[in-house]
Amino acid sequence: MASLKVYIVRRVLLAIPMIFILLSIVFLIMRVAGDPVSAILGGHAPQEQIEQIKQQLGLNKPIIFQFFGYIGQLLRGNLGRSLIWGQRPVVNEIWDHFPATLELSISAFLISIIIGIFTGTVAATHRNRFLDHTFRLYGIITYGLFIPWIGIMLQLLFGVYLGLLPIGGRIGTLMEPKSITGLYVLDSLLTLNFDSLVSAIKHLILPSVTLGVYLSGIYTRLTRTHLMETLEKDFIKAARARGLSERAVIYKHGLKNAFIPILTMMGLQFALLLVGAVLTEITFSWPGMGTLLFERITYRDFTTVQGIIVFFALIVVTVNLLVDIIYAYIDPRIRY
Amino acid sequence: MEALLRIKNLKVYYYLREGVVKAVDGVNFSMRKGETVGLVGESGSGKSTLGLSILKLVPSPGKIVDGQILFDSKDITKLDNKKMRMIRGKQVSMVFQDPMTSLNPLMRIEDHLTETIKTHQKVTQEEAKEKAALLLGEVGIPPERAKDYPHQFSGGMRQRVGIALAIALNPDLLIADEFTSSLDVIVQFQILNLMKKLKASYNMGMIFISHDISLVSEIADKIALMYAGQIVEFAPADAFFEEHLHPYSEALLNSVPNVQLSDQKLSYIPGMPPDLVNPPKGCRFYPRCPYAKDLCREKEPPLIEVKPDYMVKCFRYDEKRS
Repeated sequence: MASLKVYIVRRVLLAIPMIFILLSIVFLIMRVAGDPVSAILGGHAPQEQIEQIKQQLGLNKPIIFQFFGYIGQLLRGNLGRSLIWGQRPVVNEIWDHFPATLELSISAFLISIIIGIFTGTVAATHRNRFLDHTFRLYGIITYGLFIPWIGIMLQLLFGVYLGLLPIGGRIGTLMEPKSITGLYVLDSLLTLNFDSLVSAIKHLILPSVTLGVYLSGIYTRLTRTHLMETLEKDFIKAARARGLSERAVIYKHGLKNAFIPILTMMGLQFALLLVGAVLTEITFSWPGMGTLLFERITYRDFTTVQGIIVFFALIVVTVNLLVDIIYAYIDPRIRY
Repeated sequence: MEALLRIKNLKVYYYLREGVVKAVDGVNFSMRKGETVGLVGESGSGKSTLGLSILKLVPSPGKIVDGQILFDSKDITKLDNKKMRMIRGKQVSMVFQDPMTSLNPLMRIEDHLTETIKTHQKVTQEEAKEKAALLLGEVGIPPERAKDYPHQFSGGMRQRVGIALAIALNPDLLIADEFTSSLDVIVQFQILNLMKKLKASYNMGMIFISHDISLVSEIADKIALMYAGQIVEFAPADAFFEEHLHPYSEALLNSVPNVQLSDQKLSYIPGMPPDLVNPPKGCRFYPRCPYAKDLCREKEPPLIEVKPDYMVKCFRYDEKRS
């Protein structure tokens, strides 16, 4: 496994230029679209006041100085301070909002995988029959849907008409459990606070179903294709010829082999999961990184936006590394 | 001796968009316990389909449309999937053509064996492992390789595993579908010898499906020659190589090179095997047959018993007898 370490180091080193390029683009685009001073003060503030604040924030320096100054701080692990309101450190802003996004992403991810693999397996084993056509259609339609639209429809149905579930927020007022991990469902469980647990789950259902359904279509189609391909293979015929039950053949031999390309896709889809989380959070006023990002883009809070982007990029790189490691664990043929 | 397997008028068709492919069309055939039958024919003659139908594993859109397969005097065409599963691997097992693809790449060699054993026998994991080690020993795989994965094995080694899997539950019948074809000649020879040895010690009946008639001659007690979905000659191996009565058998054997005859002129069979969607109405071989008569075009010849245990599907022997 020594070569796995080399591989990981190489991948991490490769991530550095990637993040640098990403950051340069974000840095420039943000500055093209205005600055935080006018966003906060509005168009009619006196010129001296604007200049004064700009100087305070260091926005009067040439852009190239700003850029390398920022990079220099970043290399020391300093994400800087927010440019607006309390000027809190960006790291604190991120850590305050990250658990909400993590909670939403995990549950949406689980929902998408469960729905996707289940429908894909049923479709593959009912080839060209009714259930196959139904789930294939499901796979294409959900992929084409727009997250806020799914969200609004669910809010209308379950929130407004049926009145079963809340349409926004993370938890009922003053019901937050004692913070341990920041994930409300987990924290309520750890502190045995059942009122909070029920409230947290109720709030979590609609956003995670919205995002989960949107992402599941890809897994439906992927599972169907790869399982069908795997079930044609000789070792499946051989397993049947040894008298194995159809269940053992499909799940133990078929699905496990089909899972390898699905796993690759999970790594690749992770960026999409984050994008989806941003849209979902905005739709459901979910107080996570997505809502934070959206809000701070509106206010041109350069440092916070840049910090969030760097953080997202690091997560994507880490998850892809994890996928590669799991890959080697599942498939004995892969050695790095 | 009692018949282990008796196939009566078996028809297996594939229902394709282009039409119905009559891959196996009226096959009659029987074999005794412990006997080795070489099922020989060219590609597309239906020999693999015949082998798969004995396990009821003909791939879709193929179907057994007619006939009986009596195994141990039970008609297995009537059995449901659950009953069939108890036969597969336990009473009738199969060794496949390509050892590179017929093992699950994500499973250890040992787990293939224990899984098969535990599917059919109520044993603990430990007992299954012991049995697996024994079986690997039988096929000549060192015990320390049991925990390896298929990709760490060579083709010949994998086929040994395939054989260990097939004999794991001491079946009465083993179907070997071209099981040496993808191996090189030296390994082919080793595997064939291993099979001969195991066949004798386990007292298994075997159907050896192959297109290679000289390989079949090494191991078979009887030869069943298939042409276009039908058995055209079914005879004891020695007698077959001596007499080869059917015009197709004759043409086929004349096209096999013989090292002992240095100045032998190799012949070939003119024409192509018939289209199995629309096979010829009479004898399927008549368009290529040097002895064809009008009768052959009109009527399908019956399988004629020219002498005890020797069957030929040709009108020439009908005349001779009467």
